Amino acid sequence: MASTENPAGRRSLLPKFVLAPSVLMVLVGVYGFMLFSVILSFTSSKMFPRFAFSGLDQYERLFSNPRWSVAVQNIFIFASLYIVLATALGLLLAILIDQKIRAESVFRTVFLYPMALSFIVTGVIWQWLLNPGLGIERVMQSWGWESFSFKWLVEPDMAIYTVVIAGVWQVTGFVMAMFLAGLRGINGEILSAARMDGAPTRKIYTRIIIPALRPVFLTAFVIESHLAIKSYDLVVALTKGGPGYATELPSTFMYTTTFTRNEMGLGAASAVVMLIALAIIIVPYLYSELRNERRG
Amino acid sequence: MSAVAEHTVAEPRLRSGAAFDIARFAVYAILIVMAAVFLMPLVSMAFTSLKSMDEIRGGNLLAPPMAVTLDAWYSAWGSACISVDCSGLKGYFYNSIKLVVPAVLISVMLGALNGYVLTKWRFRGDDLLFGAMMFGCFIPFQIVLIPMAFTLGKIGLAGSTAGLVLVHVVYGVCFTTLFFRNFYVAVPDELVKAARMDGAGFWQIFFRVLLPVSWPIVVVAVIWQFTGIWNDFLFGASFAGGQSQPITVALNNLVNTSTGVKLYNVDMAAAMITAAPTILIYLFLGRFFLRGLMAGAVKG
Repeated sequence: MASTENPAGRRSLLPKFVLAPSVLMVLVGVYGFMLFSVILSFTSSKMFPRFAFSGLDQYERLFSNPRWSVAVQNIFIFASLYIVLATALGLLLAILIDQKIRAESVFRTVFLYPMALSFIVTGVIWQWLLNPGLGIERVMQSWGWESFSFKWLVEPDMAIYTVVIAGVWQVTGFVMAMFLAGLRGINGEILSAARMDGAPTRKIYTRIIIPALRPVFLTAFVIESHLAIKSYDLVVALTKGGPGYATELPSTFMYTTTFTRNEMGLGAASAVVMLIALAIIIVPYLYSELRNERRG
Repeated sequence: MSAVAEHTVAEPRLRSGAAFDIARFAVYAILIVMAAVFLMPLVSMAFTSLKSMDEIRGGNLLAPPMAVTLDAWYSAWGSACISVDCSGLKGYFYNSIKLVVPAVLISVMLGALNGYVLTKWRFRGDDLLFGAMMFGCFIPFQIVLIPMAFTLGKIGLAGSTAGLVLVHVVYGVCFTTLFFRNFYVAVPDELVKAARMDGAGFWQIFFRVLLPVSWPIVVVAVIWQFTGIWNDFLFGASFAGGQSQPITVALNNLVNTSTGVKLYNVDMAAAMITAAPTILIYLFLGRFFLRGLMAGAVKG
């Protein structure tokens, strides 16, 4: 990556002036606000910010709160299944689509369109499909499978898996597109050479192609975990966090705690925990991306 | 910005002799079954929106409508109840347009300028600045909800469309800067140098040299911002007032407003109206979007 180092450029203030509004927005809107939330999490604020320092009280309350424990347990279930299923399905679809098939663009479009939808729309659709009375359950029964029962949406132990189903349906096409781009970028010569040597197809995939997709796996993982931790709308539209608080996630916990229960300090503490969790994944990734770029 | 082509060389048409036909059959069989699974929700949504409630209660959600009726669509658009206001989604649809258009234009323009400065007018610490902006793309927005609510109140923009535009610009500019910066890095510096030799200044270089080659990334940034802002729920639910709520918030309220019987056909029509703009954009411009996005996002 070559840089344009010219004396005129370094002296001119105009470029920095142009950049200034955005820098200001990010400085205040991202970093300033982050700091504000961190500070609030150390106070006893309820409905309004009160800067009465209360140490780690809010964090103690957070970690002893049963709703929060459920939320944390759920995010682990949801995120791990979401990441594993979306990655596996996305990779499978990409490999299949890459077999010089007919109507490739039709298939791609079909797998990708859910990505264009709002999570609210996705939630509304799946709430309809998974509806115990009129949904898929009824379809199966009307097709002759009389005893078919599918009530996950209203079963506290199973409801979180409906969020996984809807979430995976929405994101898989995007993951497929990433893998497809990766597959198309693999050096064809290496593959021809392997084929010349008589390597079987399965070996070519497990030994050459999948290892070559390592960067895509990493990018997919980062994007998926980012989406999982941020997931809010989908749960609101699909289960409203219920039945009871069985599908509570950290994001929904933060919202209701802060804006419905007026426990601002506690809400801020939960947001800080979410930020830390995400930073642990994102920061090393961004760091390595920027470093590779500079070297490359 | 390597390998922009949609069909690069890679030829993993990995055929294995005798088993070829069976393997081929399996590929299509799996793809077709998966495609059916992926389409099923959309098909069911469309069918349901065209049925009467009687037909829905008596039938199967995958069965095509026997008596097609647009009643549910009219109702969702103009007369369905959202909380206490029974005038459908139409006002909220306009709210979303009034929000999306300025927010997309401003954030894309700023992103283009930022990308230009960060690649062609480099200065000490620009990488650090860019890294700091990129982190802004990924923060969980819960961390900024409380301070943003107070700030909007303090500057008199609470509950207004203008306030929501500002919010989407602040958190959108991180992404648009990322897109343009990664795109402009690949534009040869020689072009810029040559223009400078000819006496072109900051703005001339931007408008005459860079902007004319930028359309692939402009498409990516516009689609990304459009879908992101149109589909947003969290900011809309947190910062919009009753009169400025975007359509996603209205859809959620519509579905949760119970006036006795649950009208699934109206819910589905409302969901389709909400989804229509982004689906259309995706169908017509999706190709360009993916091409540009993948070129930028998946390097190496």
